[in-house]
Amino acid sequence: MTTETDSAAPPLEPRVDTGTHFMLGDHAVAEAALAADLDFFGGYPITPSTEIAERLAHRLPRVGGKFVQMEDELGSMASIIGASLAGGRAMTATSGPGFSLMMENIGLAAMMEVPVVVVDVMRASPSTGLPTMLGQADVLQARWGSHGDYGIIAYSPASPQECFSLTIMAFNAADRYRVPVFLMMDEAVAHMTERVVIPPASEIVRVERKGPDKPPGEERFLPFKPGEDLVPPMAHAGEGYKVHFTGLTHDERGYPALNVPTHESLVRRLVDKIRLNADKIKMYNEYLVNDAEVMVVSFGSTSRSAFSAVHEARARGIKAGHLRLITIWPFPESRIRRIIKMGNVKKFIVPEINLGQMRREVERVTSLPVIGINSAGGRMITPDEILEVIAK
Amino acid sequence: MSAVAAQKEKVVAGHPIDQMLRHDRLPHILCPGCGIGPVVHCYAESILESGRHEDEHVCVSGIGCSGRAAGYINVDSYHTTHGRAIPFALGIAVQNPELVVTVISGDGDLTAIGGNHFIHAARRNVDLNIICINNFNYGMTGGQAAPTTPTGATASTTPYGNTEPAFNLSYLARAVGASFVARWSIFHVRQLKEAILRTMEIRGFTFIEVLSPCPTGFGRANKLSRGLSMMEAFRDRCQVENGAPQIGPLTVDITDTSKPIVLGNFLDEEREPYGPVVMGPVTKRGPAEWAAVRKTRYDDERHA
Repeated sequence: MTTETDSAAPPLEPRVDTGTHFMLGDHAVAEAALAADLDFFGGYPITPSTEIAERLAHRLPRVGGKFVQMEDELGSMASIIGASLAGGRAMTATSGPGFSLMMENIGLAAMMEVPVVVVDVMRASPSTGLPTMLGQADVLQARWGSHGDYGIIAYSPASPQECFSLTIMAFNAADRYRVPVFLMMDEAVAHMTERVVIPPASEIVRVERKGPDKPPGEERFLPFKPGEDLVPPMAHAGEGYKVHFTGLTHDERGYPALNVPTHESLVRRLVDKIRLNADKIKMYNEYLVNDAEVMVVSFGSTSRSAFSAVHEARARGIKAGHLRLITIWPFPESRIRRIIKMGNVKKFIVPEINLGQMRREVERVTSLPVIGINSAGGRMITPDEILEVIAK
Repeated sequence: MSAVAAQKEKVVAGHPIDQMLRHDRLPHILCPGCGIGPVVHCYAESILESGRHEDEHVCVSGIGCSGRAAGYINVDSYHTTHGRAIPFALGIAVQNPELVVTVISGDGDLTAIGGNHFIHAARRNVDLNIICINNFNYGMTGGQAAPTTPTGATASTTPYGNTEPAFNLSYLARAVGASFVARWSIFHVRQLKEAILRTMEIRGFTFIEVLSPCPTGFGRANKLSRGLSMMEAFRDRCQVENGAPQIGPLTVDITDTSKPIVLGNFLDEEREPYGPVVMGPVTKRGPAEWAAVRKTRYDDERHA
């Protein structure tokens, strides 16, 4: 941890609430953000994410962080970009309608390469939809929601424990790749209370942003000149490098350069820095994959039903397997291709609480049959529904 | 040496505000007769006279001609999205309260698309200095009507005359809670610079409306097309009423030559600036802390 303080006074309470808890998914996100040294939260109340803001409104001031309730989600997203550029770890939390409003500045964060964490607790949509009931229909919006081409990272937790661990990873990935990172929770996970084990502070890894390696003034600092990993170093407001950031197409100095070659290389790099690092970023969980003939691919709370269905199918002698996506973006397509190469899989099943968004991704990488099990939202997909399709 | 080159040789003497401008960004994109240059000049002079180190100044802009101001100033500067300069700047100012954060943007950016952020930042008294360059139209996109376009004026989206009343921006700023409110024009550069300097001293939300010509976008359509037309209007029609008790009636109508244009430092009442509750030790990251971060970063294999 490299947090400097300007006061000898200890925090009123520890940032890391080490121990075993019976905890709400939303609260696990808030506790993880605190453990990840969150400095600034800018948000706007919206069901079913509000518990994150409420927990942080209580806890963040007591550990020296700043909680601001903004006037709307447009402002929330803009404020966390500003706070991140001033050197803080910054996040917001919202749900579908707010997520839509944030898209404008999510594009700005992608273009300016600003590390921020955005939590979207998915409820049944479109529009106001079923505000208190679950959905999983924002997953393509997370990938493609703002105009233009850019890369992002999105995690999908399946339990409150994973809400904790993936939130920590989200902050590290954002800083590591200078990119907006999403935690795409669904309402069921957000409002699920389960055992959450919070490790000691010493076990929580913090990845620092790449920065200038020379003091200001020694040589011209180029905030958009990438390293071999395509990620450029970053300098912050007040650090002394006189940086310029713009949403316009810009050169390595950060200055507007409104021409085709600069645009081509910038936009390709924004996409490639995630695409070419995908093997380091992507995470998934597998269950009985090696000999599986029927592969169930799922994410979020639906994975709990899928796991149960696969387990039951095996008990009935059906060779079913389960691939749970932990990163939905980048999509772990190379892993799916490798599973197909094993030669056993005859069909894929993709249960999800939308009308086939991630199924399209699976279809993109295979010519095998891909069967969707879908709900427009408001209810879980049950193990029996999945089992029925596995057994067909 | 040609005559032109010889003349350039003479001109190169340097200017007091040179160090505050990004030379490698020049020439700028602004039209002849535009008022944004003088505003940038006054801001640059104010930074030098503010008694605060350049590295403590931050400039944030939105979108539009005025939104390009941040790109020419040689401090940490951010050219953001349309209307969102204020919440973006709030994030910077709240995260690091030691910075002097100035938002330079246009009337459309700050009070149309960004109107909600404007009123709430003023209500909160966020420690931001807003310089709103009011040129009565959307210049960058070619002269469309804005909330500041006078009733009856012609714009590319009001070809039959604007039927809406215009915003009185200074009145708005005062009504929603700004600590300092002033209106000047780019004809009044001394007063403008003094006002900007004052806002750099005051902690809290300050607002300066700067009336500015836009001969290309607004002027041509409204019989103010010469580069000097609006400057003459500012010279001939402006009256200064510092501390004016009622700024509600002091609406600016640049097209009605019978009406005066009232300028001045209308309000100067510093009050406690916004800050979220912080009980624990605050994370501080000045240049010294950043140096320490760099050291740990490069010494620590785990973070490589």
